[in-house]
Amino acid sequence: MSENNFTTLLQKHLPQSCVITNAEELRPYECDALSAYRQLPMVVVIPESLQQVQTVLRLCAEHKVPVVARGSGTGLSGGALPLENGVLLSLAKFNRILDIDVANRVARVQPGVTNLSISNAVAEYGLYYAPDPSSQIACSIGGNVAENAGGVHCLKYGLTTHNIQALEVFTIEGEHLSIGSQALDAPGYDLLALMTGSEGLLAVITEVTVKLLPRPEVAQVVMAAFDTVDAAGAGVTAVIASGIIPAGLELLDKPAIDAVEQFIHTGYPKNAAAILLCELDGTQADVSAQIERVNQVFTEAGAIDLQVSRNEEERQRFWAGRKAAFPAMGRLSPDYYCMDGTIPRKHLAHVLNRINIMSEAYGLPICNVFHAGDGNLHPLILYDANKAGELERTEELGGKILELCVEVGGTITGEHGVGMEKINQMCVQFNAAELQQFHAIKSAFDADNLLNPGKAIPTLHRCAEFGAMHVHHGELPHPELERF
Amino acid sequence: MSFEQTLQEQVQAAAASGTALSIQGGNSKSFYGRSTRGEVLSVNERKGIIDYTPSELVISARAGTTLTELESVLEQEGQMLAFEPAHFGDNATLGGTIACGLSGPRRPYAGAARDFVLGVNCVNGKGEWLRLGGQVMKNVAGYDVSRTLTGSLGTLAIMLDIHLRVLPKPETEVTLQQSCDAATAIQHCNALAARPLPVSASCYADGQLTIRLSGMEQGVQSAAASIGGETLADAARFWQQLREHQSAFFDGERPLWRLSVPPATAPLPLEGDTLLDWGGAQRWLRSEQAADTIRGSTAAAGGHATLFRGGDRDGEVFHPLQAALLSLHQRLKQTFDPAGILNPGRMYREL
Repeated sequence: MSENNFTTLLQKHLPQSCVITNAEELRPYECDALSAYRQLPMVVVIPESLQQVQTVLRLCAEHKVPVVARGSGTGLSGGALPLENGVLLSLAKFNRILDIDVANRVARVQPGVTNLSISNAVAEYGLYYAPDPSSQIACSIGGNVAENAGGVHCLKYGLTTHNIQALEVFTIEGEHLSIGSQALDAPGYDLLALMTGSEGLLAVITEVTVKLLPRPEVAQVVMAAFDTVDAAGAGVTAVIASGIIPAGLELLDKPAIDAVEQFIHTGYPKNAAAILLCELDGTQADVSAQIERVNQVFTEAGAIDLQVSRNEEERQRFWAGRKAAFPAMGRLSPDYYCMDGTIPRKHLAHVLNRINIMSEAYGLPICNVFHAGDGNLHPLILYDANKAGELERTEELGGKILELCVEVGGTITGEHGVGMEKINQMCVQFNAAELQQFHAIKSAFDADNLLNPGKAIPTLHRCAEFGAMHVHHGELPHPELERF
Repeated sequence: MSFEQTLQEQVQAAAASGTALSIQGGNSKSFYGRSTRGEVLSVNERKGIIDYTPSELVISARAGTTLTELESVLEQEGQMLAFEPAHFGDNATLGGTIACGLSGPRRPYAGAARDFVLGVNCVNGKGEWLRLGGQVMKNVAGYDVSRTLTGSLGTLAIMLDIHLRVLPKPETEVTLQQSCDAATAIQHCNALAARPLPVSASCYADGQLTIRLSGMEQGVQSAAASIGGETLADAARFWQQLREHQSAFFDGERPLWRLSVPPATAPLPLEGDTLLDWGGAQRWLRSEQAADTIRGSTAAAGGHATLFRGGDRDGEVFHPLQAALLSLHQRLKQTFDPAGILNPGRMYREL
């Protein structure tokens, strides 16, 4: 069936307002937050009812038209990149919180509900939804499930996969499935785990049951400065070894501290080679005891400066620098390139030093601001796309950093997802049998390969080049969002 | 030839001849699941810790490693498996524990077995060696298959190495008891869970609500003061007996059902004796009542029922799946084990 005919078919089955076809209105859907990859979809469909979702999927299955589901479009790996010959299915109108069950501490929400609005809606009960990706003010819960989103606090509270209980989904055939349950587990295979982080390749999520946790009584941050990155790395290890699981444990290196200080003057110690931000939460009694221990651990690890937030305002100020790190980089360099790999923490100092050596060899500055507690690195390579060959060298360097992550037993993506961006690097991490197993799993859900085809899992003959998140002149597609 | 190569060849031969394999670790949980008939394939010999650096909060061990050994290695470093798995026998292995996916009293507060699985190396029904997931906590490369294998009762792949996240052992634990009726106990547990308190277990049996608090000394003492109740002296033994089903409630031959329900569900109108664990989310029932009645009542509450021990092991022991879901399960099984040789029928007749 030709493109025009299929669009006409959609228009016949759906209200006119749900089907977008003119180029001007398609434009906002051409990319997600990885704007280096752009493609106008054949058509955008914005259904308003479950029946309409089912109709779209059935028509696509029948006519073998690919479908890319999209939430808020804040993803950093191109997972919601449209297809030229495909339907872009926006779940934006499914933006209602359906039920808040205080007694069981769960909420049933539609996929287009934003992450933060869940916590806001349940705040009056002293509850919240724990995963907090940096884009939480805008990102949708459906997208969070698709990407298995993390955040600053997942060291203690886990990722999306640890914080959801059930999903309602539609298969490409338009069949409705209930996955998980309202109890703590469900019979059969753990399809909830399989769906979480599946990047829209297995089914379309139409409802999520999230777990709600009691909001901690108090949170405080310890800021510790060190005169070498190695000492800061050892500080991270020492805190964990002391038997404390901080709510968050973040590291900024010297280039990051300098950039932040020039940008917003947070008051980070300027003589530090690295600082750690260690957040502790719980009851007041617990937090006070933890702070005492953490202070002792950092002192023994050689901290040259130690400050504890005394009130909420000070806690926010300590975090402000961390949250401003990416925009601060955007001011320092015409372009930067953000990586996202995870390594076993014990290799932190080794990997950071190797990254430094590579940075010097390539003549490209790198700064590091990242989730040190769980070994999730976000090296930012600073470069200038207007200089001949610099982009290519940056990509090569980025690729080497990710290969280094795999080499020390880590992974090519900790929380941004594979999407289009890291599709080729999947070949570094997985062998042919493993990739084939992934493809087979997809085919069990989607035999004709119509849901988000070409993303997340590379075909076997595609293992050549590397991609990345490119930011030109600090222009992110969602400049209003904090990125950390 | 290495253990895994030998095993790969064994599986390939079994797949070629259509020989059903019955995967076995310490054989401590053979009572669980449906009864199966297959050639025994033991992973018992593949044992030992592969990698353990306490400050990583990760331990990698071979599937045949006994839980006892694993826990003693962790204990020496002041760490633990936070999902507090039941052993159900001295020979319990890590592989069997993860394959069964069972979690103990700490589960509602710390997470389930699947929450702590970071990766596995396994052999599927085609004899292929697969490394899935990894050794780091944040990892979104590829589908999260290692969590899916957790609790799949060996019907998808034979797990050989397992990477687990571990947690520090709490510095202090205090267990408190008070008398009340079941409905009050359920309400109380759920009210406590909605407050930022260091609760780490709660169960109700014989008219007694028992709550465990875990954490640093000051936090636990201040929480204990606000909750109230009598301090239980031999608490470690109490929780171990609950976890291992050694208390009097679990004696005898009456079928043992495990009901998994939303935690605040009021007591279910079922015949027999009930013990509440997991703050009300897991209910053990000793009952001769018809399976359909038990399942119907549990499902009406939004939960599911498993015939955990005893009763008819040739019938369905797990809650029947909706037709479309069952068919998806069959297709998934097919992708891992096209010849249908791995623990066939152990979970569902059709898998």
